[in-house]
Amino acid sequence: VNIDRRQFVAGAAAIPLLGSCARGGADVEMWAMGNEAAAMPELLAMLGAGKNLPSVSVQPLPWTAAHEKLLTGFAGGALPALSQVGNSWIAELAAIGAIEPVPAAQGAMLDGQFEAVIDTCRIGNKIWAVPWYVDTRVQYYRRDLFAKAGYEAPPPRWDDWKAALHKVKRVAGEGNYAVLMPVNEFEHLTTIALSAKAGMLNAEGTRGAFGNPEFVAALGFYKSLFDEGLAPLASATQISNVWNEFARGYFSVYPSGPWTIGDMKKRLPATFQDKWGTAPNPGPEGTGAAAPGGSSLVVFRGSANSANSWSIINALLGQSGQDTLQKLTGDLPARKASWIAAPNIAAFATQLENARALPKVPEWERIVSEMQIVAERMLRGQFSVKQAAAEIDVRANRLLEKRRWMVEKGRAL
Amino acid sequence: VIATGRPSERRAGWLLSAPALAAITLFFLLPALASLALSFTDFDIYALSNLANLRFIGFGNYTALLNNPLFWQAMGNTMWFVVLGVPLLVATSLGAALLVNARMLKWRPLWRVALFAPYVTTLVATAVVWRYLLHTRYGLINYALGSVGIAPIDWLGNPHASLPAILIFVAWKSFGYNMIIFLAALQTVPKELTEAALIDGAGEWSRFRHVTLPAIAPTMLLVAILTISGMFQLFAEPYVMTQGGPSQSTVTVLYFMYEEGFKYWSLGSGASVAVVLFLIIVAVTMVQLRFAKRGGAI
Repeated sequence: VNIDRRQFVAGAAAIPLLGSCARGGADVEMWAMGNEAAAMPELLAMLGAGKNLPSVSVQPLPWTAAHEKLLTGFAGGALPALSQVGNSWIAELAAIGAIEPVPAAQGAMLDGQFEAVIDTCRIGNKIWAVPWYVDTRVQYYRRDLFAKAGYEAPPPRWDDWKAALHKVKRVAGEGNYAVLMPVNEFEHLTTIALSAKAGMLNAEGTRGAFGNPEFVAALGFYKSLFDEGLAPLASATQISNVWNEFARGYFSVYPSGPWTIGDMKKRLPATFQDKWGTAPNPGPEGTGAAAPGGSSLVVFRGSANSANSWSIINALLGQSGQDTLQKLTGDLPARKASWIAAPNIAAFATQLENARALPKVPEWERIVSEMQIVAERMLRGQFSVKQAAAEIDVRANRLLEKRRWMVEKGRAL
Repeated sequence: VIATGRPSERRAGWLLSAPALAAITLFFLLPALASLALSFTDFDIYALSNLANLRFIGFGNYTALLNNPLFWQAMGNTMWFVVLGVPLLVATSLGAALLVNARMLKWRPLWRVALFAPYVTTLVATAVVWRYLLHTRYGLINYALGSVGIAPIDWLGNPHASLPAILIFVAWKSFGYNMIIFLAALQTVPKELTEAALIDGAGEWSRFRHVTLPAIAPTMLLVAILTISGMFQLFAEPYVMTQGGPSQSTVTVLYFMYEEGFKYWSLGSGASVAVVLFLIIVAVTMVQLRFAKRGGAI
């Protein structure tokens, strides 16, 4: 048996796994995170792994450490055969050559999925990952307070939406606000920017486009929410219990993802359950956009038998695989056929149909955190809207310098 | 000393220190040189995938660093930590050491253990407790301040209060270690001197000022150097308490380096931060040693 260095390192790294895995020497090794990792054993048993499918050993990773672990795994040649990955990491993994593109023969798995989600996996005209479950951000709102202010739901147009928030704030009373957008979270500003159809980077992803009128308009709208006293100038660490504050009326709109449905049900009393609802994000001219999120499945380049990995992914994306995933985790399956009809879910479907992919460059996470640093400073009065947009461009261009060089040399995707 | 020794002694000396020297070379000197080399390249995720994407960029990382506002903010924050934290820590630990060394104190071993305990408690666990203590609305600290009529302070949310909040936590967490060093030094102060001063009519303060302090001056220097280099390398406390926020008000140089190197994998740029930090600590220590020599502490 010939063992090269990469396999040797991978094997050495896997030794601790063998102890914890009842079935050492599984055909395929897989990394998974969070809830999905916890559901994997049951899901795989249901699909018949080890019988009509290759056997799989799953290593659970905490979300907070997963990204670093993938990169160190790549650096040390210790990656498994396949893994769940956050959709925002795909560009990076593809750029460093860690993952295999989805073979054309496997394309059927992408049928019946949301176009914007598939688009996040498409880089350089190739699909690099198979979306597994999806999420996006919608607004959670207080039905009762909106009703008192004379609205059935938050209006979809920015102007009307803001007018409604002013009324809701009055209804909620002294000391309360209308919407919570923690100033250390960039997702709120990117949602507004996507709704305003801002590109944020140029087409090749080599320079910032934050100075474009669409983004400046989005930034101005974002700032006005704080200036007009609709949103508290607070970071997430200052709101110790979001759900309690939501129930108390400290804010009546909270943009968040599908995981919040479970939290609302678990953490708030039964009497409160008819007092909240979900709605798609507002936009300048009507229903706005959001970034498609969720996780996808990837096969790592150079893993021994990638056919095994693809057959596992195929099973996970099949009707029963997607149905069971939904049942075990409450996730929104990537394939629409496995969606269940439930209240508060419809807004996510609408929002995903109106989703737009964020720029797909490895530097994006860094750019977007710089964007939020500047935006927070703007909210605290250090920049005007125009100055802030220009400053974000300066910082983005600095971060993209290497990518420009790579594109020039023809080495970037 | 070596030059005057006999050749066989010299050989034995080298032989005995060889294991330690080998370990230092392998685990300290080589990595330090490697990171110095790394700091002149733009090692990033692209280079991780293919070394052909690695560029030698000379002082590029350093000029980028000097033009990066976040680096200067981190530097400024670190300076505040040093300027405020070092006197605070040295004074607290010396005070505590004097206290647990005092003869009139009962249950001295118990007090020593109690005051040393924070230092050996897990940082993350204590951080959780301190986050509760510092809570704006339900925290004990604001409750205490409220009882003397001070309005609640948003310790971890206000960019002006977060640094002092971390500083209080750091001081509480780490004064025990310095206290032990001071305690050991205090016990070597000759009793005869103190008694002689007492007979000469020296009061409590002048005995401390003219007998105790000169006797523990070298220890004071050691503690000051350790504390300064510790404060320059502050990382874990802001990492678990505030993650650098709010508004980057608690980003320290080391936290900045961690983000560059391990969050974004810009190892070249991260290495340049490490080199700059190393140079600063060396420079500050040299200045300190010079002052100490002039003052006769060593």
